[in-house]
Amino acid sequence: MLIFTLRRLNLFIFTFFVLTALSFSLSFLFPGDPLINMTGQINATPEQRLLLVEEYQYNSNIFKQYWVYLTHLFDANLGVSISSHLPISSEIMNLLPATIELSVVALIIAMTVGIPLGFLAAINHEKLTDNVILSISMLGYSIPIFWLGLLAILIFSIQLGWLPSAGRLSLVYEIEPVTGIQFFDILMSDSEYKWQAFQDATLHIIMPACVVALAPMTTFIRLARSSMMEVLSSSYITAAKAKGLTLWQIIHRHAIRNALVNVIRYIGLRFANLVTLAMVTEVIFSWPGIGRWLIESIFQRDYTAIQGGLLALSSFIFIVHILIDFIYAALNPLARERKHGA
Amino acid sequence: MKTREMSFNFPTAILTFLFINLFTLGCSNDNVASLSTKSIIYCSEGSPEGFNPQMVISSTTIDATSNQLYNRLITFNDVTNDVSPSIAKSWHITRDGTKITFYLRQDVDFHHTSYFTPTRKLNADDVLFSFNRILDTEHEYHDVSGGNYPFFERINFSDLVEDIEKINDYTVRFTLSRPDSSFLANLATSFAVILSAEYAEYLSENYMQQQIDMLPIGTGPFKYKEYRAGAFIRYAVHETYWQNNINIEQLLFDITPSNTGRLTKLLAKECDIVAYPIAHGIITERPDLILDEITSFNIAYLGFNTTQPPFDNKLVRKAISFAIDKEAIINAIYFDKADIARTIIPPASWAYDNNIDPKEYSINEAINILNAAGYPDGFTMNLWAIPEQRAYNPDAITMAKLIAGDLEKIGINVNIIYDYDWNTFIQLISERQHHAVLLGWTAEHPDPDNFFTPLLSCASSSRGYIGTFWCNEEADSLIKQSIQTHDIEQRKALYSKVLKIAEDELPLIPIAHSKRFQARSKNISGQVLKPFGGVDFEEVNKN
Repeated sequence: MLIFTLRRLNLFIFTFFVLTALSFSLSFLFPGDPLINMTGQINATPEQRLLLVEEYQYNSNIFKQYWVYLTHLFDANLGVSISSHLPISSEIMNLLPATIELSVVALIIAMTVGIPLGFLAAINHEKLTDNVILSISMLGYSIPIFWLGLLAILIFSIQLGWLPSAGRLSLVYEIEPVTGIQFFDILMSDSEYKWQAFQDATLHIIMPACVVALAPMTTFIRLARSSMMEVLSSSYITAAKAKGLTLWQIIHRHAIRNALVNVIRYIGLRFANLVTLAMVTEVIFSWPGIGRWLIESIFQRDYTAIQGGLLALSSFIFIVHILIDFIYAALNPLARERKHGA
Repeated sequence: MKTREMSFNFPTAILTFLFINLFTLGCSNDNVASLSTKSIIYCSEGSPEGFNPQMVISSTTIDATSNQLYNRLITFNDVTNDVSPSIAKSWHITRDGTKITFYLRQDVDFHHTSYFTPTRKLNADDVLFSFNRILDTEHEYHDVSGGNYPFFERINFSDLVEDIEKINDYTVRFTLSRPDSSFLANLATSFAVILSAEYAEYLSENYMQQQIDMLPIGTGPFKYKEYRAGAFIRYAVHETYWQNNINIEQLLFDITPSNTGRLTKLLAKECDIVAYPIAHGIITERPDLILDEITSFNIAYLGFNTTQPPFDNKLVRKAISFAIDKEAIINAIYFDKADIARTIIPPASWAYDNNIDPKEYSINEAINILNAAGYPDGFTMNLWAIPEQRAYNPDAITMAKLIAGDLEKIGINVNIIYDYDWNTFIQLISERQHHAVLLGWTAEHPDPDNFFTPLLSCASSSRGYIGTFWCNEEADSLIKQSIQTHDIEQRKALYSKVLKIAEDELPLIPIAHSKRFQARSKNISGQVLKPFGGVDFEEVNKN
């Protein structure tokens, strides 16, 4: 386990260097003055610019500059946004929790619906249930998310009026952001309208989370199905059958846990995909997350924000990856012996 | 056994979570009345530039601040559009019209907020502070937040007002350099709000002068609570408001610049009231929504650069006025929700003159006049169209295309120019780059002078923002005479003469007087949309 941990740490450090090197080189690849791209001080006077040159060691060699850039990163100094003039790090701290909240809820929905459906399909292999579930999953996988989002708004917000179409919480409720994760903030607040706010937040997250969840859910269906089929065809299941256990007992006692372990391995990979989908969904549902902010920054040519946002998002995805790897290793002793990352 | 328990705990936890959610969704808390019934959400079209109406001109900022946070000395009556009392319970004008004395109410409270607690009620010092900030260039607060007071600069406020004195704690006297019949109307506009002098003193002591225009203190029905640029404004009710009891607890501005976004939020019941709605047909079809409209005092016009050929020739201008099919424009651009403009004055104003003939659409007449003007083969011109949506002109570019189609029939080729942002556009217009331009004007108060002086006076047209550069000395002196008298009949006669000259000279062709719209849910009552000064949530109620 120690070697496994060291290997992951090693991977983390090297990937971090590659990510920051890429992010650092972006300020040279973007048009305009690299120093302004990096700091976002677009209206700097010549004197202020001289101070920046000093601060970022802009006249030294490129390695020294990169090192200074890294020290700024560790001070959580990502410069200021070119368009809003707010510090990038505080913007990210405000926005990233909203994206995490949406992605995690979507992941839970995708798993709780997708995995049981996949198991059901595998148990009824090549029967009607299997075919129906597979067709639905193929259909779900093929639907473009921006179209699905708009369709959901049209049906559930405009026609039926059941669910709100935009935002995280109705403006009516005033919740002090503490953790940034809205559900925790609501539960921690002392407002007398706490439960109304909680219901409202739940109503707000249902539609975007389901839209984000659809594509990963279909992947989970197929993963769970093939994993379950693999387990069901293994020899210990045959042995269990021979002992005279019923199908339900076999599935319940032996198959589910072994099949789950294989599915969990892929959650990390799916998560990157899910965050990408969440970014598009944030735009459609005006969800105040980092994806919407990043897309707006691209339109506004806000290079500092693009740089900082990309770094934050990719680090987030990467950290989740490594965490899932650890969870998988904890569940499956065989994986600890493997020398390379998933 | 142990591991099995663990692996089944996780799904159980999720199921419990979902059950709790469903349970809380199912039951409503009867003991705490729902907060949303005590809050109004207004979906507005943009972010305000600041929270002090003295320093701005855009209707978005006025909507968000003036009527909500502040009061003026005097205001407009909603029905008659006459000047009526507000903070000043009465006033007196001397016979020569140069001294105006205001008697203030003694029961007006300022906002109690987290950032300032007032110790006294409104008095003459606050009125003096509010106006001296604008008038006195040496004033401590004059240059705070930029020092620009565009409305007051345009009406030449500092030339007009010679002095403001405090007679006693609740009496203030304005001394004017000359009589001006539009002075009271100007004081009643949304721009002439009363700020707190005590708050300004408090900020000076703490070296936080900048804060006065960002964290506002006023006397209006709502007080400032929170603002996030591009997202929302949160106002709370002013508990000790002097005028009416306010029925709601919170007022929220949900800033939604996209037209379709506002429509979706209206249909999904996320907004109670929506500014500038699109798709009027859909809104009127729904039984739970109401579309409000109000005649706002505005004019969309086609202005000619009268200093350059071919439009220095008034016959050419006249020919074009016959060639434009205004009815088609009203139909296509305003969806029949506007009046054809005969003159620059809308029909609801007392200066409206019935005797001016509308120019009937007639291609033959236009060709005849154009021949007489010496252009039998026509010519090529450029036509500039405002690049943004405005209340008076929702789609200037399409309007320009319609006009280009009309003019082609009399042999005039039109190049339409619209690819500049607003600031560059108006700059190039004032540099006389155009032959003709589609622009407009929205009045800030009901006095007809608010149309004549900006659109037809020499001083205003020389500044270039009107696009005509037309200066007629007779018309100019008639406009000046009219402003110096309070006799309505006399002013009406003078304005009729001006309109006659404008109709003959045609520096601009009036096109349409449009209406302003808003949409709301049926359970919202109380008049929100006002003919002047935008929206006002004082009387709004939700049931």
